[in-house]
Amino acid sequence: MKTCLVVDDSRVIRKVARRVLEDIGFEIAEAADGVEALAWCRAAMPDAVLLDWNMPVMNGIEFLRHLRQEPGGDAPVVVFCTVENSIERIRQALDCGANEYIMKPFDGDIITAKFAEAGLL
Amino acid sequence: MIPEDMELLAALARQRAGLRIESDKTYLVESRLGPLARREGFESIEAMIAALRAHREDRLIWAVVEALTLNETAFFRDRETFAHLRDTLLPALSRQTRDRPIRIWSAACSTGQEVYSLAMTAADARGVEPGARFEFFGSDLSDRCLEKAQSGLYTQFEVQRGLPIRLLVKHFENADEMWAISPRIRQAVRWRRINLMADLSPLGKFDAILLRNVLPGLDPGVHARVIESLAARLEDDGVLLMGEGESLTEVTGAVLPVADHPGLFTRDPNFRAAA
Repeated sequence: MKTCLVVDDSRVIRKVARRVLEDIGFEIAEAADGVEALAWCRAAMPDAVLLDWNMPVMNGIEFLRHLRQEPGGDAPVVVFCTVENSIERIRQALDCGANEYIMKPFDGDIITAKFAEAGLL
Repeated sequence: MIPEDMELLAALARQRAGLRIESDKTYLVESRLGPLARREGFESIEAMIAALRAHREDRLIWAVVEALTLNETAFFRDRETFAHLRDTLLPALSRQTRDRPIRIWSAACSTGQEVYSLAMTAADARGVEPGARFEFFGSDLSDRCLEKAQSGLYTQFEVQRGLPIRLLVKHFENADEMWAISPRIRQAVRWRRINLMADLSPLGKFDAILLRNVLPGLDPGVHARVIESLAARLEDDGVLLMGEGESLTEVTGAVLPVADHPGLFTRDPNFRAAA
């Protein structure tokens, strides 16, 4: 079973994302910020990361920069999931190594389509 | 809605545009006609249908028929089809067709996502001969769909259905709350209102025609006529692209399936003489 780390400071968003991703066959871990997410990745690198941008302690883009420098950190497929919807922000995320990008609000169909687009399904 | 009203709507939709309206799909018909009734100033759908019966006004009949069309679409619907277009079909067409533009027609384009996906695919296809010229055509029965298609403006929800993020960044810009497709892609497409039940011969010939996932919305009695009419618009080595699960074996012998490529058809050489 593939694993996905859901990184978002909103418990509600994590819960919704977990339900959708479990339905399409992922085993889920959760983190509320970038530091917590890095700790998860250092312990066990997931197959995918669903990543919020704006979070306390360490935001999504900082987390992604750190992740891609970790041993094995180039492997996870990273899908941003954020309210940041300007083209400049999306370019910045791709430049930092994001694979796909979801603009909130999202629904199950969008997550499924984006994960398929990223080669995860 | 009373059964007599459903029967009238089904008959009008079939006669005018070959559409199939199933008598048990009252909720679907009501959801499509409700907004039209409001725009036309009627108190209810029933009042609009009563006016239809009383006056048989051509403009209102067409507005109703257009509202009954299926508009389901998405960018890059059926990824395999677009991968085949990008890697095989478009490069092959660009080699075969050096002395004229390559003409590709999305025959029921709805709000434009399919034909814009084609234009983006051609722009990014690596194997296309340098100097190849593509002409993309999008047609639909619905003026409202065509207006939206021509605007090139899509909601955040629409650009997240099927469009890879790298293509969004490459071919779109933010436009207030919407996303605007680039002028380069938008200007590559020409638009026209076309009823597939009409004479299509003035349109000329095409190297590829797409009619994906459209037949289920058409009355079975018109399937052969529509496919044969499109087959007659294909160049000798042109292709017809249907939905991946769509078979035409039972419909007509005018086209032949291409082995190992579900949904892809070529014109039967024997049909050529009749066209």
